[in-house]
Amino acid sequence: MGLKASLIIVLSLVALASAGAGVSFFQPLLAVVIPYMVLAVFLVGLCWRVFKWAQAPVPFRIPTTAGQQKSFSWLKANKLDNPSNTAGVIGRMLLEILLFRSLFRNTKAELRKGPKLTYGWEKWLWLAGLLFHWSFLVVAIRHLRFFIQPIPALVRFTEGLDGFLQLGLPTVYITDVLLVLAVTYLFLRRIVIPQLRYISLPADYFPLLMILGIAFSGITMRYFLRVDLGAVKEFAVSLAMFSPKVPEGIGAVFYVHLFLVSVLFIYFSFSKLMHMGGVFLSPTRNLANNNRAKRHINPWNYPVDVHSYAEYEMEFGNKMKGAGLPLEKEEQ
Amino acid sequence: MYDAGKIIPGLIIFLILITFPLWYSLGQSAPVLGYQVETPEIEQLEEKECVESVSYMRASHMRLLDDWRNEVVRNSRRTYINNAGKTYEISLEATCFGCHTNKADFCDTCHSSLNVEPDCWNCHSEPKESQL
Ligand code: HEC
Ligand code: HEC
Ligand code: HEC
Ligand code: HEM
Repeated sequence: MGLKASLIIVLSLVALASAGAGVSFFQPLLAVVIPYMVLAVFLVGLCWRVFKWAQAPVPFRIPTTAGQQKSFSWLKANKLDNPSNTAGVIGRMLLEILLFRSLFRNTKAELRKGPKLTYGWEKWLWLAGLLFHWSFLVVAIRHLRFFIQPIPALVRFTEGLDGFLQLGLPTVYITDVLLVLAVTYLFLRRIVIPQLRYISLPADYFPLLMILGIAFSGITMRYFLRVDLGAVKEFAVSLAMFSPKVPEGIGAVFYVHLFLVSVLFIYFSFSKLMHMGGVFLSPTRNLANNNRAKRHINPWNYPVDVHSYAEYEMEFGNKMKGAGLPLEKEEQ
Repeated sequence: MYDAGKIIPGLIIFLILITFPLWYSLGQSAPVLGYQVETPEIEQLEEKECVESVSYMRASHMRLLDDWRNEVVRNSRRTYINNAGKTYEISLEATCFGCHTNKADFCDTCHSSLNVEPDCWNCHSEPKESQL
């Protein structure tokens, strides 16, 4: 159900853009108005979501233990998996953000005959996730060549490295192949594995299909129906300089590509894609496990009037004595 | 808001990075592509036409060159008949650079604005003009 709906939505977006690409009324809309709108919604939406998250206090450290906590000097502490200070936390966050370390711990649980519950090696999700995200980043960095004029060395270097196989003209980019393979795996995984299919929602299929659509339209432009990249550059630079010029003579594929990117990014801050910002705010990752070393006070604690036992004895001592009850004060 | 001291600087760094294309070229007014088509050889042409239509050449000249190379190297055919039925000798050096003698101002300028660095000139010679 969710799968069909997502597929239909993505295909209609493609159809919409390819139909609009040939109509002079829709061209400025698709090429200029929508991209600027997307930029605004994306930036404002992202900040708004982060501010909303920042309203929630996180008073206590959540030790999801994957290693020995700092304790006695003769117990070896695991500084990365159970950090006790900021340096350890930074290390853990870097491993999490750059290498998806907690996904690496992913296991597969199976009920075997017996009945026996077994846990198995499952690294494909980690591998495909890592390849996909890094490829996406490299593609985005390479795309900067369209938007800015003197092309910075980083972009040139990335592109050189990515195309170093020098297969065909224009050269095949390694990340194009990896991106498509990885996203296809991530998508098929949700369809083929019954348990995953059961928990998958339109919000899971839709971004994957959008990214596949973006990748396919980009690859079509590069390797099959070539477009005039000179015109693309003039258009993209004009957008970046806020003096937009509606592109002329670029094929419909370009409009499809741009429109899918626009929809993905306008959808971004309302969706699970916000994990891009969320990973930085994961309480189980970004807080040192120092609950026992430091006192953390809950900011929403209600100010409770405390009536200690000592005070209680002071108040009712005489009556207790009269009733023959033992008093702490006198025992000492 | 909690942890503002970390979250706000983090957001600001993110915003600066993500808007990089918007502020990187601020204040620059150099033409984006800025290559020159005109050469004395092209001026002398009766019909100012390339091997194929301009729109095809702009988008797909590397495809054409690839086909040309395969024709010569694999099929040893050295003539090309374009869409309009005109015949050209297949040669990067004699044909392309016969008209586009200004490789530096034409091919190279456009390529550098799009970060294209063909390695053809390791083997093929460039027109005299650009070999300073
Ligand atoms: C209008 C700008 C422009 C002009 C002028 C131009 N090119 Fe290109 N050239 C490009 C673009 C854009 C690409 C493809 C870049 C891509 O797809 O990554 C390209 C790619 C190439 C490639 C393939 C390089 C590779 O590694 O992918 C060759 C070879 C090439 N051009 C040769 C020439 C020659 C020779 C001339 C001059 C006679 C020339 N070009 C003029 C824009 C131009
Ligand atoms: C007969 C002379 C001639 C030959 C041979 C020739 N060109 Fe051209 N080329 C031209 C002319 C003239 C134009 C400009 C056409 C126009 O603007 O209408 C042009 C335009 C181009 C353009 C598009 C530039 C623009 O206006 O954006 C490219 C790219 C190009 N040529 C590459 C090549 C390549 C590569 C070859 C070799 C395969 C080649 N040309 C062979 C004459 C020639
Ligand atoms: C390793 C050296 C080498 C490199 C690099 C190289 N070529 Fe060639 N190319 C050759 C040789 C050798 C021939 C065959 C020459 C002949 O038979 O006349 C040839 C032939 C050609 C031909 C047909 C004949 C002619 O004279 O033009 C074309 C077109 C061509 N190459 C295009 C390219 C392009 C475009 C590039 C860059 C993407 C390139 N070549 C890079 C060695 C090279
Ligand atoms: C982050 C969002 C985007 C993604 C994931 C993406 C993805 C891709 C991919 C995978 C390709 C295949 C070729 C390559 O890798 O270079 C491609 C090509 C292309 N994309 Fe994008 N794209 C995005 C945004 C954009 C935007 C905003 C533009 C508008 C200028 C654009 C314009 C192009 C063009 C013109 C090509 C053809 C490149 C060539 O022929 O070398 N893309 N895109």
